[in-house]
Amino acid sequence: MTFLSQIQAILWKDIRCELRSKQTWMSMGLFALLVLVIFNFAFDLRVDNKAAIAPGALWVAFVFASLLGLGRTITSEQEKGSMDRLMLCPVDRKAIYLAKLLGNILFISVVEIIALPIFAALFAVPLFTGELLPIVLLGTIGIATIGTLFSAIAAATQARELLLPLLVFPLIVPVVIGAVRATGALMASSVNEPPWLGMMLAFDVIFLSVSLLTFEYVIED
Amino acid sequence: MSAPYLEIKGLKKTYNLKPILRGIDIVLDQGKCMALLGANGAGKTTLLRILACLTKPVAGTAGIGGLDIGQDVQQVRLLVGFVGHQPNLYDELTGLENLLFFGRMYAVKNARERAVTLLQQVGLARRSNERVGTLSRGQLQRLSLARALLHSPRLLLLDEPDAGLDDEGIELLEALIREHTGQGGTTLFSTHNFERAVKYSDQICMLSGGRVVYHQVSNDLEAGSVRLAYEEALR
Amino acid sequence: MALVKREAIIEHGAAKDGPNKRDTRFSVVSILLGSLSLIGMMVSIWMIFLYAPMDAIQGNPQRIFYFHVPLAWLGMLGFVIVAIAGIGYLVKKDERWDWAARASAELGAFFITLALITGSIWGRTIWGTWWTWDARLTTTLILWFMYIGYLMLRSYMGRTSASARAGAVLAIIGVIDVPIIYESVNWWRTLHPTAEVGVQGALPPSVVLTLMVSLTTFTLLYSFLMIQLYQLQRAQTLAQQLRASIE
Repeated sequence: MTFLSQIQAILWKDIRCELRSKQTWMSMGLFALLVLVIFNFAFDLRVDNKAAIAPGALWVAFVFASLLGLGRTITSEQEKGSMDRLMLCPVDRKAIYLAKLLGNILFISVVEIIALPIFAALFAVPLFTGELLPIVLLGTIGIATIGTLFSAIAAATQARELLLPLLVFPLIVPVVIGAVRATGALMASSVNEPPWLGMMLAFDVIFLSVSLLTFEYVIED
Repeated sequence: MSAPYLEIKGLKKTYNLKPILRGIDIVLDQGKCMALLGANGAGKTTLLRILACLTKPVAGTAGIGGLDIGQDVQQVRLLVGFVGHQPNLYDELTGLENLLFFGRMYAVKNARERAVTLLQQVGLARRSNERVGTLSRGQLQRLSLARALLHSPRLLLLDEPDAGLDDEGIELLEALIREHTGQGGTTLFSTHNFERAVKYSDQICMLSGGRVVYHQVSNDLEAGSVRLAYEEALR
Repeated sequence: MALVKREAIIEHGAAKDGPNKRDTRFSVVSILLGSLSLIGMMVSIWMIFLYAPMDAIQGNPQRIFYFHVPLAWLGMLGFVIVAIAGIGYLVKKDERWDWAARASAELGAFFITLALITGSIWGRTIWGTWWTWDARLTTTLILWFMYIGYLMLRSYMGRTSASARAGAVLAIIGVIDVPIIYESVNWWRTLHPTAEVGVQGALPPSVVLTLMVSLTTFTLLYSFLMIQLYQLQRAQTLAQQLRASIE
């Protein structure tokens, strides 16, 4: 049970540190809002094309806001560039990955919770169906799984703000396609829609496993 | 004669293709204390970091208490207490919260009691509920020592532990090392101060250019002769 | 004194795969592959332009197919090689695996770029547009981004073991992801079918033969270039080692 206890300890430590520094949460939430407002002006949503554009706008906002926060859980671990204080501890590196992953999922969820009602209001879209939850959950896990692993990789470089999106975007394409289509199917039901949720679930399971296995190679010196 | 507690054989490390350690051989028995001397860049910090399992050597082995730093990494981490150039503490948490966190990481029994005791011992009891970011350099160093001792390590690795400490802090450091040795613990520390090196340690080892160039028992050694040897090695 | 010391360091610093007399000339394998590639290229070009039949619907521009397919195929294979070499490095910790990974990444990126360009030109001749978001072209584009990401990452992180490990992980994740990406774009496209770049229907034997010859030639060329780039990686590492040991 030490494994679970360590995940919980690291996660709790991260949350407390982040709450006390107050930097990330607010800027992420505000950013997501800002993107949605800009999209409203940029896309001139009338009733007829709303269903086509709205899911895309929503998920683009989520992805960009995620990218802001994804780096944080790893870079906040660095003290003048090194993660010695955590690496010294006899904690399984998989536990570190899971703790950071959960932290990222939590951060992104906060953004989503703020953005969704505003989105529903701005675009006059009825989004409070229970069916939205699995889509958002699976999509968020997919983005966070890849993002956590690669933020550990990019953290070692100077140009990490540029590198992280460049590495992550191509890899999360299936998740973005799936989430956008599935959200769209909710808003305007269509026939013969492929099993997007199933695909996202498979994506999440596969890459969670691969990330767990490869994380220690990335984080150990 | 029992096997030495710390056994380093042919340890090599390169960083960015530049050799830092070119084959280190050191042996230290249990309960002994060794001082590491050497100019900046000689490899002292790298050696201590390898023993603390923060980085891996490119060649050679090191055994700590019969365990190998390559094979038994997590077990070695449990045995080792490390104080480095950074305090290795979380700024936003208080001193007590920091120790409790590391207590969870090291699965320390009665962590809270132990943390409170240690905080008293290092003289930070009154500041234990303040954020670490507000502490002074000397206070950070003391808290870092407390963190290193929290899980009752068998091997203490201290990288210039005297840096940033006032006279009271130096006395505390000496007392802590003495207590650790008294309980059968082994110590390896680096310093630039020859008097302290001679005073605290049983053996002195000097590194230069990534190699061991001087190794003496410190009992009858004078700080002056060590200084001469140091200047000789620099040339 | 200093000079003697330096030479000793250079002696010592030369890796187990150090510089030797062989390096100044091409190896037998290299010469063989190079010549075969050259012959193969000449045969292929003859076949592509003179032997293969002209496509009834698309006309002569369809012959781009014989270049585009091998280029795309080898570009994909190249990434698989980067991933396999990456796994090899993680397991064996021998930097020669990493040399192979970097070589294949550079080469594969080049082939994929050419595949994209030929695919785009081909699409232009059939459909009049320079780009179409069909499953194959889109996946090829994403693979291109993965290659570029890999090369940029390796470039930023330099020649360290951390860099090699990071590259290996990127390649492993990428290679597993590519089939998933292809399928998801395919599903997306079935809902909004778009112009497809490709050949439809059963292929006559002469077409298949020409394609096979072209594919073999490009594979030979790939192998030849792979060996050269591997040797280049080795030389670069040795040079950097020498420089580091002198400073």
